[in-house]
Amino acid sequence: MNDNKPILRYNANERTNHWIVAILFMTAGLSGLALFHPVLFWLSHLFGGGPWTRILHPFLGVAMFVFFLGLVFRFWRANFITANDRLWLRRVDRVMLNQEEGVPPIGKYNAGQKLLFWTLLVCMLVLLLSGVVIWRAYFSQLFGIEVIRLSALAHALAAFVLILSIIVHIYAGIWIKGSIGAMLHGWVSRAWARKHHELWYREVTGDKTPGNHGRKEG
Amino acid sequence: MASQDIIARSATTTVPPSVRQLDEVAKLIDTTKCIGCKACQVACSEWNELRDEVGHNHGTYDNPQDLTAETWTLMRFTEHERDDGNLEWLIRKDGCMHCAEPGCLKACPSPGAIIKHANGIVDFNQDHCIGCGYCITGCPFNIPRISQKDHKAYKCTLCSDRVTVGLEPACVKTCPTGAIVFGTKEEMKVHAAERIVDLKSRGFEQAGLYDPDGVGGTHVMYVLHHADTPKLYAGLPDQPVISPLVGLWKGFTKPLALLAMGAAVLAGFFHYVRVGPQRVEEDEHPTAPDNSVHTVDPAVHVYDPTKPGGQGEQRP
Repeated sequence: MNDNKPILRYNANERTNHWIVAILFMTAGLSGLALFHPVLFWLSHLFGGGPWTRILHPFLGVAMFVFFLGLVFRFWRANFITANDRLWLRRVDRVMLNQEEGVPPIGKYNAGQKLLFWTLLVCMLVLLLSGVVIWRAYFSQLFGIEVIRLSALAHALAAFVLILSIIVHIYAGIWIKGSIGAMLHGWVSRAWARKHHELWYREVTGDKTPGNHGRKEG
Repeated sequence: MASQDIIARSATTTVPPSVRQLDEVAKLIDTTKCIGCKACQVACSEWNELRDEVGHNHGTYDNPQDLTAETWTLMRFTEHERDDGNLEWLIRKDGCMHCAEPGCLKACPSPGAIIKHANGIVDFNQDHCIGCGYCITGCPFNIPRISQKDHKAYKCTLCSDRVTVGLEPACVKTCPTGAIVFGTKEEMKVHAAERIVDLKSRGFEQAGLYDPDGVGGTHVMYVLHHADTPKLYAGLPDQPVISPLVGLWKGFTKPLALLAMGAAVLAGFFHYVRVGPQRVEEDEHPTAPDNSVHTVDPAVHVYDPTKPGGQGEQRP
């Protein structure tokens, strides 16, 4: 086996989908933060002022949700929590310190990435549903005032959790060298795959040729 | 308009310009004197140059059916059957209550779109309004309305333009029975107390003043024959408060959330500083001489089974 050949971790469609969601997250997120707290209202200038921020934000949010669904359909099977993940979570303190002893080998995604995936999905669903309710221009007249108030609260809460999760997500990319490249140009080195996702590495490079239905590595 | 008497300003975390001391004003609406003539509605429309669409009769005297961006005050008629079988016609002039603690102002995300003057008037500045409708979400009285023409929120201004120059609101000036009076809040309370004594002497045991504490008191107050059940008057809230949901949404949680987000970014930064990045060692000490320039082995492409198209990709 040639040990120098890189491995394709994300294909062009996956990368494109990811970065469309990322761009929509940044725009929806910044326009939402402008309305989140007065000290961030200046962010509305990025979108052409307060009214434009109010007009654009929900459309950006809906687009983000739609494209995020693409990522969900592509990756959800690789994100089931396993017993191995629970062990990994118990050892997360070692992971945080860049220690490898006792940290179980993991598949395509570690438990942190999987939890992130499901957290994002829940947040996106809450944001979509509550966002429709507080979308004053088109939908709010269909709902009672208490539902609107609850939705406004839920929307802010879900956005907060989502933004925190993405901060963690971005930092993980900066921290684990090689992972930004995996999402930018798609390739990771074999050493990277072995170090960070050993089970996945074995699966994609193992002697047994992986079956064509091996969706797990998508 | 004066801008030295603003004691609260939406989406503003510092003290607004507020050196001017003004007496609190109030409009007192005596429902027991109201004859439902709607002169106040007309006066409001005339003074403020508002021309709502001519609507349809829906079987009640309420016209239009609801407050709109062009109807800032509205007579609401309730036919109330008393326990003794007699009918009472309860008429309430609806409109902004000018709360001491305005839910609209608390909810508004746009700096300066809603202000509260030292005299108690809560005013919308449509030039700063972004049309999100959060004021509707925050209001305990269901008053603000978004215009479908310009997507700005509108409501009664308590004729702040007239009050500033020493005039009474237009509705007060026009009321033919003296059911609407205007003055300092203290004077209005005294006046209301006299009215209530009179009403009680004439058999309205439950007569009283509606100046609800839940919103810190209001600068539009009612004298009600049935102050024990304000609900009778077309759903006037018994105990209006800013909803706890709005309080939680717009209260201490937001600065805490901002703090948490900032802390998360800082935590990441210091993790990087203290623990450092994870690099793959093999990459740092390449053993193969041609590690940086790859001839891609076609064999690697089978590792991307989800997308046959991906097989054509070359590593940059």
